[in-house]
Amino acid sequence: MTDLTQYLDYALIGMLLAVAFAIVRLRNLFAVVMLMGVYSLLCAAWFVSLDAVDVAFTEAAVGAGISTVLLLAAMLLTAREAEPSKPQRHWAALAVVVAAGAALLYAVPDMPVYGDAESVANAYVGRDYLEQTPHDIAVPNIVTAVLSSYRGFDTLGETVVIFTAGLGVILLLGFGGRKREPKGKPAAKAAPAARAPKAGKPAKPVKEEGAS
Amino acid sequence: MSPHLILRVVSKLLIPIIVVFGFYVQFHGDFGPGGGFQAGVIVAVGVILYALIFGMEEARRAVPPAAVRYLMAAGVLLFAGVGVATLLMNGAGEPVNFLDYDALHPDQSHHTGQHYGILLIELGVLFTVSSVMLAIFYAFAGRIPDLPDEDW
Repeated sequence: MTDLTQYLDYALIGMLLAVAFAIVRLRNLFAVVMLMGVYSLLCAAWFVSLDAVDVAFTEAAVGAGISTVLLLAAMLLTAREAEPSKPQRHWAALAVVVAAGAALLYAVPDMPVYGDAESVANAYVGRDYLEQTPHDIAVPNIVTAVLSSYRGFDTLGETVVIFTAGLGVILLLGFGGRKREPKGKPAAKAAPAARAPKAGKPAKPVKEEGAS
Repeated sequence: MSPHLILRVVSKLLIPIIVVFGFYVQFHGDFGPGGGFQAGVIVAVGVILYALIFGMEEARRAVPPAAVRYLMAAGVLLFAGVGVATLLMNGAGEPVNFLDYDALHPDQSHHTGQHYGILLIELGVLFTVSSVMLAIFYAFAGRIPDLPDEDW
């Protein structure tokens, strides 16, 4: 039986390659950010084709949604065009890439066939989860059962990681400067720097800062 | 007339649907694809779309940064608190395990405790993920004075 969905997979991989090359070649950062969103969306479509809907969902929401917005916000703070790179050949980089690619290709025959029930990932603890979830958890979506019940402690760790990431960003950047009044001196110091584009009337931003 | 009228009208229609879809993903995560991580991101995207269209000031009024800051911690506390509750609520003689949701409810035959536990910790994940995404967006976007018209 020929599986027609494999041609969809080939098409998606081809599009992924094309988008990746376009990202490398382009100098306009706005186009690069948008193409990275496209890349994530293609990845998500491919994951759906591979029956990994939960991963696809996360990729579409995080990769195509949030990362694109955050990269756009970061891009607005810098230049819109990347610096043109110097026209020299990076032979060392090429050697590393070729060696890594050759090693990956060498490893391909050892990989299990797609959907192989006897592969290591599916055979031991994976099979236990599939068999035990209806008796232990009684939740139809086994991904959720593994994520939140069997591996609840890991998920707690992931949540703490996300929390720590947010904490780090807040400590570094603050909430945009408007809401942090208690420490008057650092806020007043940071304000003109954050509004550097509007330089020329330096008194006004500081006053605005104190009033709000 | 305000600029970007079509964007404003369409996003006003879309934002409630986005948030409701986020809650669907959240509470339907036991049955279909989804869960706290995805739902948190989707809910955050609703607010970020609001901020992009209507401006940071409006978004700050709708979802204050202080609330975002508290929710960030509240999510982790809720998640870890469920674990502590399972430690405390275990019946006599049963092994005590962190995040063993069976302890949450005596009805073992229907796994009610598991359902409660998954619901609660997914809520914790939703709170933390959505508010961290918003906090990062506020931190980034707060440094950009205002999006000039030629950047649209």
